Amino acid sequence: MKKVIAQIYLWILMILLYAPLVFIAIFSFTESKVLGSWSGFSTQLYENLFTGRMQESASLISAVENTLLIALVSAAVSMALGTVAAIGIFNLTGRKRRALSFLNNIPMINPDVITGVSLFLLFVFLHFSQGYLSVILSHISFGTPYVVLSVLPKLQQMNPNIYEAALDLGATPGQALRKVLVPLLRPGMISGFILAFTMSLDDFAVTFFTRGTIGLETLSTFIYADARKGGLTPELRPLMTLIFLIILVLLLFINLRQAKMQKANE
Amino acid sequence: MAGDHIIDLRHVSKRFGDKAVLEDINLYIRKGEFVTLLGPSGCGKTTTLRLIAGFLAPEEGEILLDGKDISGIPPHKRPFNTVFQRYALFPHLDVYDNIAFGLKLQKVPTDEIDRRVRKVLKMVSMTDYEERDVDSLSGGQQQRVAIARALVNQPRILLLDEPLAALDLKMRKDMQIELKEMHRELGITFIYVTHDQEEALTLSDTIVVMDEGKIQQIGTPTDIYNEPVNSFVADFIGESNILNATMIRDRRVAFIGHEFDCVDEGFGENNPVDVVVRPEDIYFTRDEARAQFRATVRSCVFKGVHYEMYVDTDTGFELMIQNYDAYPVGSEVLLYIDPDDIQVMRKERTCNTFEGEMVDETHVKLLGGSFECLPQPGLTAGDAVTVQVDFDKVDLLDHQEEGVLAGEVHFLLYKGDHYHLTILTEDGDHIWVDTDDIWDKGDLVGVDIAPADLKICKRNEA
Repeated sequence: MKKVIAQIYLWILMILLYAPLVFIAIFSFTESKVLGSWSGFSTQLYENLFTGRMQESASLISAVENTLLIALVSAAVSMALGTVAAIGIFNLTGRKRRALSFLNNIPMINPDVITGVSLFLLFVFLHFSQGYLSVILSHISFGTPYVVLSVLPKLQQMNPNIYEAALDLGATPGQALRKVLVPLLRPGMISGFILAFTMSLDDFAVTFFTRGTIGLETLSTFIYADARKGGLTPELRPLMTLIFLIILVLLLFINLRQAKMQKANE
Repeated sequence: MAGDHIIDLRHVSKRFGDKAVLEDINLYIRKGEFVTLLGPSGCGKTTTLRLIAGFLAPEEGEILLDGKDISGIPPHKRPFNTVFQRYALFPHLDVYDNIAFGLKLQKVPTDEIDRRVRKVLKMVSMTDYEERDVDSLSGGQQQRVAIARALVNQPRILLLDEPLAALDLKMRKDMQIELKEMHRELGITFIYVTHDQEEALTLSDTIVVMDEGKIQQIGTPTDIYNEPVNSFVADFIGESNILNATMIRDRRVAFIGHEFDCVDEGFGENNPVDVVVRPEDIYFTRDEARAQFRATVRSCVFKGVHYEMYVDTDTGFELMIQNYDAYPVGSEVLLYIDPDDIQVMRKERTCNTFEGEMVDETHVKLLGGSFECLPQPGLTAGDAVTVQVDFDKVDLLDHQEEGVLAGEVHFLLYKGDHYHLTILTEDGDHIWVDTDDIWDKGDLVGVDIAPADLKICKRNEA
């Protein structure tokens, strides 16, 4: 009996979690303009999406491009900064190390709206013109802590003498970093990059406050504006379904890789 | 400076935060020598090695290579290579690339790299392992690769930081022989760090015994074993009976309630000293005339080559004796010690001496705690004083909070009829205590001293 209740509970939970996604996915295969009404199966929306035969096709494509560009650049910079920061934090001792790890966690817990507004005020205060650069800088600032968080455990697993061993064998500090540290930290750096990348893709609040008035749109701000104008453009339904599928594949890939690495370690 | 020195450490001190790890280390190492830095954990031996390797810089003093200061030279430019305690192999590279790492950085031609890697692999008996993943090797094999990786660069000095600590006993013994062999073949200088006294005695030309950041003794293995300079060295190297003694005059010393002839001179007359007698140097006899004292055998254990016996002397002291023959428990035996086998050592101290300050007429502050004392006429609050306390007048309590000071048993020495303990207080001061009670290293204790046992006198502010 207990087992049945547990099963039912689990299924209700799964349905609640995935119903919206399934809903969008199902209604991406019908032409109806209004979300929720079924006008027969069709792949027209997918066709429109890829052939550009839809309203505001150009601005949607540019929003997707902006989103990807911002996410790639900010995740790459976050990966570099976060790795260096993790090495720095790791080499501290005692109170300093705990304090810095704690400070690293705050931006991740801090509500996005507050981060966004504070960054907005900062840019205004510094007379920094807002646009691509301010959005990328903002995304770097919230992406970096995730990289730090995923690189630190890799450092802790590493033999403490590895870096010294490289120096001892005649590597300059730079060579030791490139030839020994980076290869060993790479799995952590990649997980950090993926985390920072998805965080950036996902972001609305921070982008909204820091994009300025030059009309820069990312996917999230575009959808927000589009929904306010009068219902969601139907072609967004297949787009969201596709993004979900890409993320799903990415997650499966990461998990499989981790499982494989764990197996190799044993 | 003698021309055959490769390394000179001069007045080297190192501290981590406000903790002094090395204090005024002076040491030279000759070319081609096998030198072992030996001591318990935390004695500063690894720090000394890391200073030589260049991973740390000394606060004071200088480190000379061939007579030239190398303080400013980073580790990657020093002609030394290190074998680390936990191997520190590069897990992303295979055996060949691990060993070739240093040579590739030096841009050595590929065919020469190949030749040298194969040669060094042969030396550590790891031929045919070139393409193996280092994680797939056993501990002993990884250690061999680590040694090969260091030696392939033809360093002038090979630094070894407890390289065998993680191996099991049998493998350790085999590797010791191989290391000794390699040292002889290569003729380069080896600096070896270990806490294993047997390993040090087996391998070294010279042993440097360290404790608490200071060098206790430097000498050949036989010197260190036969003529330890203090009770720490005697206790750390091999088994020993360490006893309180009185030097009656030159060549005559009294301990365990008897007088013995010895060969030491220059310790004054009627001066307290320590003596060490190795357990294999106490002999049994049936000749009444030859016997120096009597004892009763309390326990007898077979140890493979010899028997290890504990005897109670007629004067109430316990001694450890090792002999090829067993004597039954409970039997009375006659014993003697050769004058040559009695090693007399200067006592480092004969009572605790602390610097303190009067709080009021009946309280004195020392070691960070306030002790009650007898009324001190002529002293007023704030006066700087010197306080002496006999070793046997310090009370140790089971619970830290019961004492005026809290401390930890840091080192203990059995002296035949009592224990001599070193207590480390929370502030890092030492208190020496004689006690009949049994404590273990690491026990947490409270420290108290009775008012009448504090001998206070005013300190002259000079």
